[in-house]
Amino acid sequence: MTDKIDLTLTINGRDHAIKVEPRRTLADAIREDCGQTGTHIGCEHGVCGACTVIVDGEPVRSCLMFAAQASGKNIRTVEGLAKGDALHPLQQAFMDHHGLQCGFCTPGFLMLAAGVLEREPNINDEDLLDVLSSNLCRCTGYQNIIKAVRAAAIEMRK
Amino acid sequence: HAVAPGNVILEGKIKTPDFDATWAGAHRIVTVEARSRRQNATPMEPRAAHASYDRVTGRVTLTCTTQMPHLTRTAVADILGFPESDLRVIAPDVGGGFGQKMSLAPEYVVLVWLARKLRSSVAWTEDRRENLIASFHSRDQYLTLQGAFDKDAKLIALKGDILSNVGAYSCFPTTSGVEPLMGMAELPGPYDVQHYDCRARGVITNTCTMAPYRGVSRPVITFTLERLMDRAARAFAIDTVDIRRRNLIDKFPYISAAGLKFDEATYKETLEMAVKAIDVPAFRKRQKEAHEKGRYLGIGFATFSERTGYGSPAFAARGMEITPGWETVTLTVDPSGFIEARIGSSPHGQGLRTTLAQIIADEIGVEPQMIKVVHGDTDTAPYGWGTFASRSLVISGGASLIAAQKVRAKLIKIASHMLEAAPGDIVLEQGQAKVAGTDRFVTIAKMAREAYTQTHRFKGEIEPGLTESGTYDPPGTFSNACHVAIVEVDVETGHTKVEKYLVAEDAGKIINPMIADGQVHGGIAQGIGNALLEEIIYDEQGSPLTATLADFMPPTAHEIPEIELHHIETPSTESITKAKGLGEGGLIGSPAAVVNAINDALASFGVSIDEIPATPQRVRAALREAGAKT
Repeated sequence: MTDKIDLTLTINGRDHAIKVEPRRTLADAIREDCGQTGTHIGCEHGVCGACTVIVDGEPVRSCLMFAAQASGKNIRTVEGLAKGDALHPLQQAFMDHHGLQCGFCTPGFLMLAAGVLEREPNINDEDLLDVLSSNLCRCTGYQNIIKAVRAAAIEMRK
Repeated sequence: HAVAPGNVILEGKIKTPDFDATWAGAHRIVTVEARSRRQNATPMEPRAAHASYDRVTGRVTLTCTTQMPHLTRTAVADILGFPESDLRVIAPDVGGGFGQKMSLAPEYVVLVWLARKLRSSVAWTEDRRENLIASFHSRDQYLTLQGAFDKDAKLIALKGDILSNVGAYSCFPTTSGVEPLMGMAELPGPYDVQHYDCRARGVITNTCTMAPYRGVSRPVITFTLERLMDRAARAFAIDTVDIRRRNLIDKFPYISAAGLKFDEATYKETLEMAVKAIDVPAFRKRQKEAHEKGRYLGIGFATFSERTGYGSPAFAARGMEITPGWETVTLTVDPSGFIEARIGSSPHGQGLRTTLAQIIADEIGVEPQMIKVVHGDTDTAPYGWGTFASRSLVISGGASLIAAQKVRAKLIKIASHMLEAAPGDIVLEQGQAKVAGTDRFVTIAKMAREAYTQTHRFKGEIEPGLTESGTYDPPGTFSNACHVAIVEVDVETGHTKVEKYLVAEDAGKIINPMIADGQVHGGIAQGIGNALLEEIIYDEQGSPLTATLADFMPPTAHEIPEIELHHIETPSTESITKAKGLGEGGLIGSPAAVVNAINDALASFGVSIDEIPATPQRVRAALREAGAKT
């Protein structure tokens, strides 16, 4: 299992040709091999969701996926959310509503919410709460994360 | 351990004169034996560090997740025996701490030693499993409280016994005795009782070291005191709000039985505010209707004091070898007119860069965007103690204000010189110095440029440059709050859902309402976790059973209801910004409020749950023991 394999990860539209062990997780490959450190690793057990990225349109825990499984797929990370200097509506809403304190869980929440709101722009509050319960935050008590995502949902529907 | 008979490594005692006589004259004694299980602060980012040796200078740069970069530097240099100037400690954006990252990680010492030994770079990243098992734990204790009440349900004497499992080793700088000793000092909390007898012991065991976690000791003493008050209310057949009304402090300054000075606060006012806002009669009606349908709702109150922003005398009173306390802020208006504040505090999510910029901006008369707050690098920040113990806004904020006052004074001097006007006529606002009643002005940018590049014009009357420092070491100031939780308990499964949460709090002058509210929200979520979910468990062989976040369970958005906040602002007389701290309060009140609510919900079964976390298993066990037919 220690023989390295060649694969290409397409992150935010850019190809990264890397050589990794088959057991390399997607989270580690994104951070260590592709240098995109916006994706954070909080537990490596698939519980906290800090490492959430979007793979082919679906939010996934990148610590529970092998890099090899994501080869050839379209991977989106927090680095790809803003368009130049213009923040993504979710990023702007997190700032406006104080949706982050230490910021460690934030990339995961942003990608989780982005994936879900793109799929279900009209998601109701109860289902949204269900989705946001996938990830852990230890600072905010979730109050302002929920507010921010609701505000961004309205903005994204415009 | 031969040095510690019975493995009791520390014992503290306090007993006020005339305690025994008062105790003997009590109308009724009420007892509560509470238990707080072991918890882990669980910042989302586990610990990590990188030590890099520079072969040219011989210096090591340690980049690490810490709440106290300067003390880390002092400690590592002390332990390894080399000059502090050969070590630079950087705390970059730190992913939460909650106290866990204020204790020195032994791993960081090893890392620096290795970097010097190997003349190279070494990194260490803790995974979640290691964080849960081997970082630092907290809370684990038994607390027995006995309250002696007179016939009017007034508490006249309080007896406490705190027994804390402090783990296998001590921690730096607080020592692992911080929980039991602080618990003893902070009791009897917000209640007026002058006769107090307490023993606090720390027992060493083969478990992970105990260290500070947000709230230190007060979540547990508040939980126990508030259970005592509810039990006493029941014994006297009076309302749980009434018993608090009869016992809360209302004259200030108040000197506690343990010798602490309580400055002006609003214990009774926040209680009344919360009672009104939650609408107790409406809830009781709803509770009764639900009960008739076999549903169990409960309401729980918790009132507490939160000692914040205390300086070196408070730490000295604990007999600590190291007495943190003061903070320094160095403020520079650079030649471009922008302002940099270098601070010794080390925020990691508290929004301190924003609040300090506001304090400075208000004093100098500029927009907060003009100010950059720099922290977390021992090469650039002045020596300071870091961020912990609800201290940074009060102490670093006070130091910011003092530095800003000095900069303001110097700017007025420069303006008076440049505008040829009397200093008393100069007004600083909107980034300019104006001569009152005229249209003459000079911008701060221009004055700054003058202060560096045209100093010959000052004729020796004004010192060159535009840098000032402020240091602040206050006595400490008490915030307070009343928390209310409404819960529903499923008596078949033992599961508790927190349905509503309300807080009336007073943290003095609020500098930034959004940030203040965020601190309270986060503390409450952790407290609800402490109350219902979070527990580090060892099996009988001492193996940890809770080594993932699926076993040690911080709450998700599902477990935290909408939180309603109400504020009273009593300007602090013990803090020059009039602000009090509030970083820990959310977590201090919430375990008590939630568990009191569970007990209220289950009142008809005659059970008493005095243990946190009140897991479904514990609730079911209590119900079974009470012979409940469910």
